[in-house]
Amino acid sequence: MSHRILVPVKRVIDYAVKIRVAGGKIDTNVKHSMNPFDEIAIEEAVRLKEAKKATEVVTVTVGSTKSQETLRTALAMGADRALHVEVPESAEVQPLEVAKILKAIVAKESPSIVLLGKQAIDDDAGQTGQMLAGLLDWPQATFASKVELNDSALTVTREIDGGLETVKTTLPAILTADLRLNQPRYATLPNIMKAKKKTIEKLSPGDLGVDVTPRIKVLEVSEPPKRQAGKTVGSVDELIDKLKNEAGVI
Amino acid sequence: MSVPRFASLVSRSRAAAAPALRNAARSFSTTNAVRSAGSIPSLHTFTEEEVMLREAVAKFATEVVGPKVREMDENEMMDRSVIDGLFQQGLMGIETPAELNGSGTSFTAAILTVEELAKVDPSVSVMCDVQNTLVNTVFTKYANAEQKEKYLPKLATDTIGCFCLSEAGSGSDAFALQTKADKQGDYYILSGTKMWITNSYEAGIFLVFANVDPSKGYKGITCFIVEKDMGVEIAKKEKKLGIRASSTCALSFDDIKVPASNVLGQIGQGYKYAIEILNEGRIGIAAQMLGLAQGAFDLAVPYTFDRKQFGQAIGDFQGMQHQYAQIAVEIEAARLLTYNAARLKEQGKSFVKEAAMAKLYASQVAERAASKAVEWMGGVAFTRDLLVEKFYRDCKIGAIYEGTSNIQLQTIAKILKTQYAK
Repeated sequence: MSHRILVPVKRVIDYAVKIRVAGGKIDTNVKHSMNPFDEIAIEEAVRLKEAKKATEVVTVTVGSTKSQETLRTALAMGADRALHVEVPESAEVQPLEVAKILKAIVAKESPSIVLLGKQAIDDDAGQTGQMLAGLLDWPQATFASKVELNDSALTVTREIDGGLETVKTTLPAILTADLRLNQPRYATLPNIMKAKKKTIEKLSPGDLGVDVTPRIKVLEVSEPPKRQAGKTVGSVDELIDKLKNEAGVI
Repeated sequence: MSVPRFASLVSRSRAAAAPALRNAARSFSTTNAVRSAGSIPSLHTFTEEEVMLREAVAKFATEVVGPKVREMDENEMMDRSVIDGLFQQGLMGIETPAELNGSGTSFTAAILTVEELAKVDPSVSVMCDVQNTLVNTVFTKYANAEQKEKYLPKLATDTIGCFCLSEAGSGSDAFALQTKADKQGDYYILSGTKMWITNSYEAGIFLVFANVDPSKGYKGITCFIVEKDMGVEIAKKEKKLGIRASSTCALSFDDIKVPASNVLGQIGQGYKYAIEILNEGRIGIAAQMLGLAQGAFDLAVPYTFDRKQFGQAIGDFQGMQHQYAQIAVEIEAARLLTYNAARLKEQGKSFVKEAAMAKLYASQVAERAASKAVEWMGGVAFTRDLLVEKFYRDCKIGAIYEGTSNIQLQTIAKILKTQYAK
């Protein structure tokens, strides 16, 4: 059975960068890289291909020209080809719009599985996979920490609040990758060079018939309050007094 | 009579203008002029692969090499998993073409790799540097097709190589080497000793410079490809001040038989290959020293903003500010010298002076940066609990190997003379 896996990836501010807010906006003139959960998704898809469970890994991103470097990283990790849905750098594309674009890509590519990261570390929305499942009316297994693929079914262990849950879905299906699914590989130099020859197909949201106008408006962005030093108190009465009259929490 | 005087004035000025115009034409035809300034990128411009490689190596260095650095230094031994990792990442055959199992990337990519590795461990960096900028390059430039096909794939995938030139009696005066190679039928019998050979403990392939005809002086020096099982003996593994995980050994060749087909390049041309290769290897060492300086700086400076004395972060005292600003300037200067030399070499332009300048300066900056880093971190930096003391020990070799600082100065001076002496 030939299975094609579609892995959407997102270019985000690198996880190690200290985020600064300047003039009500986040300073984006910093290092960017692939969303860590998307790296895990690519790694899982490539492993399935190497285990001969899947035949092709196709990666896609919705972003500006700069997102091309994210696609190249995915290709260097082992994806076979890439699709770049290009939008202007100033554009803000939100989860529902991304899900609609992915639905159009799914119609074009007919994958058996769409494997996404569980959330992006910039907006922490954690919605795209679920919305896509809804739009496509496909089963979904989210927060996956273990994936087994047979000819026609997926057995997935999910990390949930109470522990682990195992689900089985038919194909095609949506999967979202959680942290402990795998440890992504380093892109070796020969693979980085091979990635140069792999194709990146360019598309626009218009080509796919999707309107990417944002429907949610961000009202305010601010840094969390700076951590204050603690104070030692002499008695329980003093503690209650401070909680009531200084901190105003009781 | 003003007209003749005027005419002679005009003819004199035309005569004066003519050489100037001629010189202008000549200089325009030999400069590297481009169409417009807008098209010239800064030295901090890289290809996509170079950027991706730098990030991949930085990640590999931090996650795979990083945890082992102290252990390797204490044991004076390179960890096998680090060596395997370098091969698996394709970092031991960076410029080797893909048909020969290499990574087929640029010289600058090799330089960036050496730099990123040195930020974490200069010992690992020099192993990778010698393999790429010395051993692989000798094969690529001077070996015949069979030798390239036989050895380059091995060097790219699983065998470490080393460059055996120096001896007890010949360091800077490399051509005074004594190792002999006597032709006997289809073989050469090699006898002699080498000293200070980097990578030699782990190496399987040795590029040995030996003299086939001492009566010809340095014009008898020939480069031989020697495999470990031809009988190379490790006479002594040195215990060193720094880069302790990098093996440095004295080797001995006790009448070992090397096939005549293992002569690399032409007989008697070995001295030329050695000089040319060391010119390129210099840029690699500059990159190693650059990475070392940056690694020490990156360890120490954040600490100065955490450490508070007299009610403030020590990094906010003006005396400290001036010191780390100065070092940052010098690191940037060393970086530009190194990258520029790398790009000149890539473009096939003359780079010998620039390479010598890069190595000289980077090794000096590394020493100053590492020394200051220890001071900035204070008492705790003096213990082996932190890695900053290791950078201080590691930096000293930069002024010594692949051409001492005095040799670099001489190289630069000789070139300056050709430019300035009439």
